Amino acid sequence: MMNKIITRDLNLWYGDFHALKKVNAAFQANRITAIIGPSGCGKSTLLRVFNRMNDFVEGVRTEGEVLIDDLNVLDPAADLVSLRKKIGMVFQRPNPFPLSIYENIVFGARIRGTRAKRGEMDEIVETSLRSVLLWNELKDKLRSSALRLSLEQEQRLCIARLIAVKPDVLLMDEPCSTLDPQATERIENLMRELKNNYTIVIVTHNMQQAARVSDDTGFMLLGELIEFNETKDIFSSPKDKRTEDYITGRYG
Amino acid sequence: MRKFREFIIEKLVLLCGIASIFFVVLIFLFLLKEGFAVFKTVHPFAFLGGKSWYPISEPPRLGILPLILGSILVTVGAAIISIPIGVGCAIYIAEIAPKKTKEILKAGIELLAAIPSVVLGFIGMVTIVPLAKMLFHLPTGLTALSGSIMLAFMAMPTIVSIAEDALYSVPKTYKEGALAMGATHWQAIWRVMLRAASSGILAAVMLGIGRVIGETMAVMMITGNAAVIPHSFFAPVRTLTATIAAEMGEAVIGSEHYFALFAIGIVLFVISFGINVTADLFLHKRQ
Ligand SMILES: Nc1ncnc2c1ncn2[C@@H]1O[C@H](COP(=O)(O)OP(=O)(O)OP(=O)(O)O)[C@@H](O)[C@H]1O
Ligand SMILES: [Mg+2]
Repeated sequence: MMNKIITRDLNLWYGDFHALKKVNAAFQANRITAIIGPSGCGKSTLLRVFNRMNDFVEGVRTEGEVLIDDLNVLDPAADLVSLRKKIGMVFQRPNPFPLSIYENIVFGARIRGTRAKRGEMDEIVETSLRSVLLWNELKDKLRSSALRLSLEQEQRLCIARLIAVKPDVLLMDEPCSTLDPQATERIENLMRELKNNYTIVIVTHNMQQAARVSDDTGFMLLGELIEFNETKDIFSSPKDKRTEDYITGRYG
Repeated sequence: MRKFREFIIEKLVLLCGIASIFFVVLIFLFLLKEGFAVFKTVHPFAFLGGKSWYPISEPPRLGILPLILGSILVTVGAAIISIPIGVGCAIYIAEIAPKKTKEILKAGIELLAAIPSVVLGFIGMVTIVPLAKMLFHLPTGLTALSGSIMLAFMAMPTIVSIAEDALYSVPKTYKEGALAMGATHWQAIWRVMLRAASSGILAAVMLGIGRVIGETMAVMMITGNAAVIPHSFFAPVRTLTATIAAEMGEAVIGSEHYFALFAIGIVLFVISFGINVTADLFLHKRQ
């Protein structure tokens, strides 16, 4: 097994508020890691450290190291554009751009000024849509707006547009929270398929989902990573009392 | 008793509503009646397409093509100037400016909107006009260009504030999504946010232009008022609005000239109405 993302004594403050406290964890390649914990414990914050999305928040300060492929992401000199190409993020609410389906998928190529030929672009669109199982549904309306899709299709499209730039890591922040149970199940199946090629980190409020889909699980509480282990161990024999309390439903 | 009061108030409000509609209809009918009278003597095509406007010659020649072209020229010029600057300014305020600068700019824009148009016209007359004359070596600085520049200042507040609003209401998730994919701030603005705000921005532009078309005093002071077909931005022009304002006082009531001015009013009305409806369509598309 290969460590893809390693955090070392990671601390983060929003102004005076200490949101991540000495987080040490190793996320493995080609596995799905779930981050669980009550609302406000810092799950999203941790995820957004990996692609430096917290940079856009005023008054943020980080300490420690986050190594992705042995490169320190927190290095002020890190190349954010290639970092964000390598690490795609799926948001809680599907956020396809107000462009056509086709343009959504080639967006990544366009912003990098890739002068790909029309045929290559078409190919990228097809493979990306195929890998999220949308090709058959959408192949005849690639030029229509991406905003007229169902929520599930939108979320798949958002995954597809990340896949189009061939990332290594997919960060998913509660990607199913707006979907119904059937759609959620289908997205989970998709995740299982995708993990062969990507490292997936998923934040979820839903413990059943973490148990169903993930290989490893980290439990966070008030900015601390309390426990990090294989999912089956976390759910069958949690080592920390607080983890046990949470998974048995004694916290909100 | 309570119920009765409610009843009275409701009816009063209804009455106000009806009254306003009634007056609008009345004005409209009056405009149509007086305006269409001119077509008894001049064919509508000759009126709209006629190349000379000599309303007091004998017989009067009532072709408003020079005036229409004058209005179009001044408006197009104002649009060319105000749209890029206005939209650029909106982008700057909505996305780029630090908080303080933003507040100052917004206050400045509001101030600009509050300057009465006569005052702007007057300022334009003593600044833009001599400047245009000197820079382009013209016999007179009272040109379409001068009018366009000044009208651009009038359209700008409308364009900036509505376009800024449109940009501001673009869901933050679009921008986040673009940034998370490695887009630069500018790419996120250009490729995603402007697209998302496009109908609002178009509405902003339309309303700005609507303001320009209807403007009278300032253009009258600054464009030279020559009712001839303009051949360039550097020539004096006269607009539809300025014509009505300048000539209504001297037109003999009931004369052909008088009716012709009302017909110009109809033309203006149709143009403004068209622009407002288009702007409305864009705004509604947004919701
Ligand atoms: N931009 C910010 N400025 C200040 N504080 C913030 C900011 N973003 C988050 N926080 C705080 O940091 C803490 C962690 O937030 P975070 O969004 O990471 O929690 P979360 O575990 O993802 O919660 P949820 O399950 O509700 O999504 C919360 O207490 C939150 O109030
Ligand atoms: Mg969260």
